[in-house]
Amino acid sequence: MKRLTLPLKEEDIAGLKAGESVYLTGYIYTARDAAHKRLYNAIKENKSIPIDLSKSVIYYAGPCPNKPGEVIGSCGPTTSMRMDKYTPLLMENGLRVIIGKGERGDIVLDAIKKYKGVYFAAVGGSGALIKNCIKSSEVIAYDDLLSEAIRKMYVEDLPVITAIDSNGKNLYKTEREKYKR
Amino acid sequence: MRIINTKVIKENVKEMFLNANVHLSEDIKNALKEADEVSPIGKNILNIINENIDVADKTNTPICQDTGMAVVFLEVGNEVFFEGEFIEDSINEGVREAYEEGYFRKSVVKSPVFDRVNTKDNTPAIIYYKYVKGDKVNIKVMPKGFGSENCGQTKMLNPSDAEQDVVDFVVESVSKAGSKPCPPIVVGVGIGGTMEKSAMMAKEALFLDINYKEKDENLQRMREEILTKINNLGIGPAGLGGRVSAIGVNIMTYPTHIAGLPVSVNIGCHVSRHEERSI
Ligand code: SF4
Repeated sequence: MKRLTLPLKEEDIAGLKAGESVYLTGYIYTARDAAHKRLYNAIKENKSIPIDLSKSVIYYAGPCPNKPGEVIGSCGPTTSMRMDKYTPLLMENGLRVIIGKGERGDIVLDAIKKYKGVYFAAVGGSGALIKNCIKSSEVIAYDDLLSEAIRKMYVEDLPVITAIDSNGKNLYKTEREKYKR
Repeated sequence: MRIINTKVIKENVKEMFLNANVHLSEDIKNALKEADEVSPIGKNILNIINENIDVADKTNTPICQDTGMAVVFLEVGNEVFFEGEFIEDSINEGVREAYEEGYFRKSVVKSPVFDRVNTKDNTPAIIYYKYVKGDKVNIKVMPKGFGSENCGQTKMLNPSDAEQDVVDFVVESVSKAGSKPCPPIVVGVGIGGTMEKSAMMAKEALFLDINYKEKDENLQRMREEILTKINNLGIGPAGLGGRVSAIGVNIMTYPTHIAGLPVSVNIGCHVSRHEERSI
């Protein structure tokens, strides 16, 4: 299976095909509803934001707290669609790689094609397993948002599936069509 | 009369949430293990799902990071008298302690529209009381994740085309939900009563063992028809295609008005957690 190191290079992204399983290693940043709202509003108001989107991978997740001696608690992906309205603006500002779960709306599909990005799906509900891939975690912004704060995490061999590739091929559409009867 | 100190209820609620967030019920575990998926991607996802359930079990880790909003159904025998703290406070205290000690995520915000500030202890719980005969207290708890909760639907159908309309509405609701509720799902359906009664039954139906046999032949046939139609939608595990989109359709019904047919659908994800205890 394919193994890739983050952040992805342009040619890594271009080489990914929808349906391909990949193991990701490197730094990712968690951000979900509340953090997205803040990032979005900050960009709109021309204020600075706490991460460099062009070098960052965003993971839609809000983990459980860590038990003593552990890095983090369960940390699976959350439903991506709720972030749809924020995603095109973040991509316009440099974001290329997103990890979440579930289908995306057309505005995100168009943005992924336009900016040559990629959308990976992690398996929703597999938080206990994903927790074991996370080797470090630190809150770097919006700590008042608790589980929704932005965390910088180092992941090792995080298993994901290429759900929408840079050409806009959308696995959620093609596969569902295949098995419909 | 049987006197029960509400401390006992608190302790039970706490234990049950600690347990439910980490260990899945056997019916769901088995259905996921035995699921016969044809799609290679779907198979791969089912393996990940099953491995995750196993890891959670063995390491006492929440199966999913969305440890949900705490839903409690309390069925109180008419011969029971509660002493001690007010029952509602005791239930919330049980939830509070479970979410703290279990290192579960606190996912409740105080004001639904403005501010949305976290209450930091996952309370208040959603609590339904029912008065029943006897001297027992039956407690049912459900940590309900919102990826699936957000896909719920209620519709007031026209009674003239009863059966087909019910089937179509449930299947359509699941079709619209697609990948969002982390399939394979369990579908809770409430039919009859009033608008809110149908919604509560849809939620309560998620407590039923997915392998239960419905005594009413027509209803049993409808359950099977809905399940087949859902699995023909092509959604598959995680919504990435396949034939295993749902592992169960649980239905509860109640008499209704001559002019109406309320139907609600409450979706449980594959991490459909619940526990029941009688004390
Ligand atoms: S829908 Fe269920 S399995 Fe999926 S993230 Fe929510 S609680 Fe977890």
